[in-house]
Amino acid sequence: MTAFNGHEPVLHVHDLHYTYPDGRQALRGVTLHVERGEKVALVGPNGAGKSTLMLHLNGILQPQRGFVRVDGLPVEKKNLPTIRARVGLVFQDPDDQLFSTSVFEDVAFGPLHMGYPADEVRRRAARALAMVGIPDFGPRMPHHLSVGERKRVAIATVLAMDPSILVLDEPTAGLDPRGRRGLINLLRDLPATMLVSTHDMRLVAELFPRTIVLDAGVVVADGPTDAILADAALLEAHGLEAP
Amino acid sequence: MHLDILDQYRGGASPVHRLDPRVKLVCTVAFILVAALMPDGAWGGLAALAALWLAAALFSEVPLALLLRRGLVALPFALAALTVLFTVPGEPLVALSLGRLQIAVTDAGAVRFATILLKSWLSVLMAVLLAATTTFPDIVRAMHSLRVPGVLVAIIAFAFRYLFVLGDEALRLLRAREARMAAAPAGGRSGGSIAWRAQVVGQMAGSLFVRSIARSERVYHAMASRGYRGELRWLDPPRAQRWDWAVAGAFLGLLLLIGIVARVV
Repeated sequence: MTAFNGHEPVLHVHDLHYTYPDGRQALRGVTLHVERGEKVALVGPNGAGKSTLMLHLNGILQPQRGFVRVDGLPVEKKNLPTIRARVGLVFQDPDDQLFSTSVFEDVAFGPLHMGYPADEVRRRAARALAMVGIPDFGPRMPHHLSVGERKRVAIATVLAMDPSILVLDEPTAGLDPRGRRGLINLLRDLPATMLVSTHDMRLVAELFPRTIVLDAGVVVADGPTDAILADAALLEAHGLEAP
Repeated sequence: MHLDILDQYRGGASPVHRLDPRVKLVCTVAFILVAALMPDGAWGGLAALAALWLAAALFSEVPLALLLRRGLVALPFALAALTVLFTVPGEPLVALSLGRLQIAVTDAGAVRFATILLKSWLSVLMAVLLAATTTFPDIVRAMHSLRVPGVLVAIIAFAFRYLFVLGDEALRLLRAREARMAAAPAGGRSGGSIAWRAQVVGQMAGSLFVRSIARSERVYHAMASRGYRGELRWLDPPRAQRWDWAVAGAFLGLLLLIGIVARVV
């Protein structure tokens, strides 16, 4: 798993350890990599360390042992501005992700703080909104959108930064069937590398060729989704259910 | 269920809507300043300000009834000025006796009270007009463009965004409490003592506070993830046109005139 035929994967996590200040060991040696163009599911019970892992991917949490590399670039303080442009992290609750007074302001936030000129900021915001299928939502208030619409805007906020990899936390949580279906179609059609943490096993079966199972802070399985979903013993041991 | 009290914008394409938000913001603040500086009993000056407001309101094409109704929110606050009725020295108009205490409404007091009432009402009406014709992001950008300190602009923008979210959260807490406010089938008084109820409310407020703190951390993470490094940036509004300058000049000139005349006459 460590030979990359001379090229670096988009995302390379190696022997990552993290213990919270209260002594809880969240990660105990996570190793994984994601290649360009791959769509990978990250599953595991609550408390497995999925969220902690995600916060490491763009340097919000710093590794205590091991390393994270994005496009070959180590995630450390001096690289953070570049890393954050390359890792599009979408949080679970859109009310956390959408903190601006209008949809446009939110989608423009990333490019604006990356230092692009105003014209480029507007162009990127318009393109990102078009990519998620809501080109004329710019002037609306986040507060007035449905959960499904908010999730789309949340994804647009990171697409505007043109990331190398999208990292999504529970994208289908809280959605009704129609909103969920719309989001699945969107994720399927987006030509982006993505790592998606989820409890939605039907989503995993439908969308992701590869699945990584995380439990108790380590990767316990990593392989083709079909094989993992067929392994009843593995799923039961880690509190998961086949769809 | 949503809390919507803060969303006052009414879409439109009137000349007032299209005006540069900076011009609108400066004119509104200047209007409020001139109103605040009106001397007691300057009825002519106040009438002139009201006429100016009316002109702006008519140009905005926002229904007058709507603006006037929203303006009423100022009235309860004006009650704070009720004491001037009795405390300003002058000829007594009406005398009240509370036990052995004699208080009198004076003529000067009545004039001052009426002036304060009108001033605050006019000021609020102008702010209501600004909010009805300018989107909040535009107001925020205008503030930034006019060099209002960044921290202040950020606090206003975040307050606007998260008051809705906090309001919704508070509504959910209240509903959760209501859902459990039941009486035992055998009858008897339900609801517990006042102290117990106060404790419940206190815990709810505390819970809201803790949730807000946790949310603020997540919001900060979301900001940092998108390149925030301690300084918020805003897109500037487009450059003001000649028309915007003309409106600003005319409006501020009129205000100055009204202010001076009201002081001199």
